[in-house]
Amino acid sequence: MREVGRVRWVSGPVVKARLRVPLGLLEQVWVGGERLAGEVIASEHGEATVQVYEETSGLRPGEPVWSDGRPLEVELGPGLLGQTFDGIQRPLERLLRGGRGIDRGAAADALPERAWPFEPCVEPGLELPGGALLGAVRETELIEHRVLVPPAVGGRLTWIAPAGEVARDATVAVLTAPDGTAHEVGLVQRWPVREPRPVRRRLDATRPIVTGQRVLDTFFPIAVGGAAALPGPFGAGKTVLQHSLAKGCDAQVIVYVGCGERGNEMAQVLAEFPALTDPATGRPLLERTILVANTSNMPVAAREASIFTGLAMAEYYRDMGYHVALMADSTSRWAEALREIAGRLEEMPAEEGYPAYLPSRLAAFYERAGVVETLSGARGSVTIIGAVSPPAGDVTEPVTQHTQRFTRALWSLSRDLASARHYPAIGWEASYSFYGDAVAGWWEAEGGEGWTELRHAAAQVLEQDARLEPIVRLVGSEALPDRQRWVLEAARLLKEGYLRQNALHPVDAACPPRKQVELLRLFVRLFELGRDLVAAGVPLVRLRRALDTRRLLRLKESVPNDDPSAVTAALAELERDLAALRAGAPAPSGRDDAEVPT
Amino acid sequence: MRARIDVLGASRIEGPLLVLEGFGRAAYGELVEVLGAGEPRLGEVLASSDEAAVIELWGDTAGLAPERLRVRFRGETLRVPVATEMLGRVFDGLGRPRDGLPPPVAERRVDVHGSPINPVARAYPQDAVHTGITAIDLLNTLVRGQKLPLLSGAGLPHNELAAQIALQARVAQPDERFAVVFVALGSSHDTAAFFRERFEASGLLSRTALFLNLADDAPMERIVTPRVALSLAEHLAFDHDYHVLVLLTDMTNYAEALRELAARKNEVPGRKGYPGYLYTDLATLYERCGRLRGGAGSLTQIPIVTMPGDDITHPVPDLTGYITEGQVVLGRALSRGGLYPPVDVLLSLSRLMKDGIGEGRTRADHAAVAAQLYAAYARVQEVRNLATVVGEAALTPTDRTYLAFGRTFEERVLQQDGDEIRSIDASLDLGWQALSELPAEELTRVGEEELRAHYRGRLHGRVGAAEVPGEEDDGERR
Repeated sequence: MREVGRVRWVSGPVVKARLRVPLGLLEQVWVGGERLAGEVIASEHGEATVQVYEETSGLRPGEPVWSDGRPLEVELGPGLLGQTFDGIQRPLERLLRGGRGIDRGAAADALPERAWPFEPCVEPGLELPGGALLGAVRETELIEHRVLVPPAVGGRLTWIAPAGEVARDATVAVLTAPDGTAHEVGLVQRWPVREPRPVRRRLDATRPIVTGQRVLDTFFPIAVGGAAALPGPFGAGKTVLQHSLAKGCDAQVIVYVGCGERGNEMAQVLAEFPALTDPATGRPLLERTILVANTSNMPVAAREASIFTGLAMAEYYRDMGYHVALMADSTSRWAEALREIAGRLEEMPAEEGYPAYLPSRLAAFYERAGVVETLSGARGSVTIIGAVSPPAGDVTEPVTQHTQRFTRALWSLSRDLASARHYPAIGWEASYSFYGDAVAGWWEAEGGEGWTELRHAAAQVLEQDARLEPIVRLVGSEALPDRQRWVLEAARLLKEGYLRQNALHPVDAACPPRKQVELLRLFVRLFELGRDLVAAGVPLVRLRRALDTRRLLRLKESVPNDDPSAVTAALAELERDLAALRAGAPAPSGRDDAEVPT
Repeated sequence: MRARIDVLGASRIEGPLLVLEGFGRAAYGELVEVLGAGEPRLGEVLASSDEAAVIELWGDTAGLAPERLRVRFRGETLRVPVATEMLGRVFDGLGRPRDGLPPPVAERRVDVHGSPINPVARAYPQDAVHTGITAIDLLNTLVRGQKLPLLSGAGLPHNELAAQIALQARVAQPDERFAVVFVALGSSHDTAAFFRERFEASGLLSRTALFLNLADDAPMERIVTPRVALSLAEHLAFDHDYHVLVLLTDMTNYAEALRELAARKNEVPGRKGYPGYLYTDLATLYERCGRLRGGAGSLTQIPIVTMPGDDITHPVPDLTGYITEGQVVLGRALSRGGLYPPVDVLLSLSRLMKDGIGEGRTRADHAAVAAQLYAAYARVQEVRNLATVVGEAALTPTDRTYLAFGRTFEERVLQQDGDEIRSIDASLDLGWQALSELPAEELTRVGEEELRAHYRGRLHGRVGAAEVPGEEDDGERR
């Protein structure tokens, strides 16, 4: 690190420095006597504009600026999982020593200093390209950390560490390039945060991320490697849903970026996750999770960086061949950070004060989602779920609008549903997903036969219900014929018994695929059976009386997740009961109050 | 930092900004005193370069002549003294005594901007504050360390409710160290006097520090006032283990001062002219609350936001709602109908409630009862809308039971006196009393056992007794 210039101008998180040594764009610098971390965002005529990731009060003109000539980087290696970082990858737990706040200029290595049991999987003498597998470290019980040749390095393997303990900073392999230069490869590698990690090629998405949320998996599925946006007004349950997804979805690694959100929410994640276990393995969920926490009161420039810090770590695990899900809550706060910095730079504002490059930044972010063939030939993916917080719930604002252009699933949260405490409050009219066809094959095979038809049929019920709703509001449901009242009733059961899900219930919090399909089958069949009965002249009163709705509505909670056969049994029982009703039904022209034979 | 420097004369004054050309040694954020005409005025450095310094003055700049000023750079950012002996005192918006008594002896001098709490240092708030108010305890439970705003409108009794929360919260936890920090932001003298009298009458005043930036005080000072007050609140909560309740009234005035300042600085305006960083700015206030790992104290905030035109989508209540952990919304129609507290239950929400209630904290059936009351009351609104169109007589019997439930809910459950303290058990029992107006099959959000234990309505169908739902419910034919 050397001194490269002096502060000339300072206002908030933006500092201009007069340089003695030229600096490149996106190079990392340290500003002032306290060595505040920053990044060069513009550089011309011997002057650099720096965004500083820490509070700058007290900084004055003339203070020195340092650089080591490298861009802002993340440290990648074993020990990332289970940790909580700030927006520029400082480990928050290890910064605690300084008291409740974060001291300015505080620095700590992202990765813990410890030794790891290394297991090599290649022999010296092999020609290894960038991205090739060298060996593995058991990072947590859930995740084997695969040690890869860095993307830009390649050559003949001349030495590899034997099986055994390897210190964090030790060399694990030496590669000799064709020109004879030797590259030492360590357990820990560095990567520029803003640069996407290279892959061999992108692949098509064919299977879903099972979120465990029935409304999403059924109607608005997201494919592995897909991108979804989650807009909603405050109080509609964005964060609770993001938490549910982080806990319940079937990605192998979760990167959760709390970007400009509440401190108490991060405290909740930190309190909850260590106690939660992965249903498949019984291990703590934290063993597959990386948290990035840059709360709303933390410096705004680091909030802008936090998304990329999270992405770089997500791509690193993707390159090992894992399916990674990145949750960003909330991308609106990230966009606001962009706006604030643009304002300090006196850039020309476009829509609502946001800089004109907002859409291209959003595109660059969401386009980093995808299923890929990694440099080592493995299959890995990054799936992105970005929460959006539109001011006043107005979805015509720029962040929501541009986000929709780059995501193929939109999970729109509805204030009306939230007010009625119908969670997850995904409005089925405003939401959509283009991944339905891509994942249908998987669902038919793994979830249950008929998934495609069932979801269409269920969507039809909701659609008919939506069409009846304005009429009901005007004249009341009593004025409708039985046929239509049954639609209302069946839709209510579908919403209550299937779509509504209790994030706090031990069983209902996440619903596995087979149970989802069986439940869906039950409610769709119920609608069809009832519809046929009503058409056959059975009065709605009698149909209702034959139904034990309380029991049907509680199936989602009462039936164990690993054995949905009770749902199938309930359906069989239902079919029998209703068939009995039909046997006793009068002819369609018959009187409504005819006796039911027993 | 370093020693103070005096500079004679400024280059120019632009609104609240003072520009000193040729002075290149100011630190960003440094505290500045301007002497020369009457009382010294305070401000801070907004931008500093090696050629000039731009200073933002919090007081009025009228009557200042740039060339005749003495500008004193204090060599530090704005720091204020904090001490437990500040309880029972009255201060102005910059933390100077307003009660004629000498300044308090500082235990510490702290930067008013505080420092963001490391998220890892926080403890998740889980202890319910018992306020004795059903609309809050039962339906929107306040938790120690939470920030729960009252979103209200002009003329609604938000001040009464805020004072009641402060007084009754203290009564319910008599043994613990409890303190109130009251912050007036552009409020009227009457409002400040109202709170003062309520606190005095209940003997709480000795546990209260009042920071008053009243309507006729300099609006720019308003930017600093909540920061000064929160510095004391943090000191009490985190250094002295107090349970501190901070009341901020009114955040809309604060945001307006911020907008005025932004406009005078020629910043790019965002929605309704508020600066684009309003969210971040509000967050630096609201986030100064919570609990710490290993600490016994807590800092709970109740900011009051009067929504201009009762519009919840206005930037100030909207952004507040995005930062705070829920909101208590007061409704004008309810208030007009004579209901107190006029809490619009369906728009209100306490995000931290779920972990502060239940077995061992309040009562096992709390979550289910609250969820059921919400769902049923949401249905009441639909039925009421329908009834206004088709008339009550045309409703189904089930719908009519909802109307009955709605009345009981508002008149017996929500309604309560301004000094009435209800136990959580009493509130829950009232909730069940209202739910008992509804047929059991409508209560899908409570469990069978809870229903058996508390439900006092007709138990029929497969719940409990063997009776089948009456034909009268759906039996009428056309």
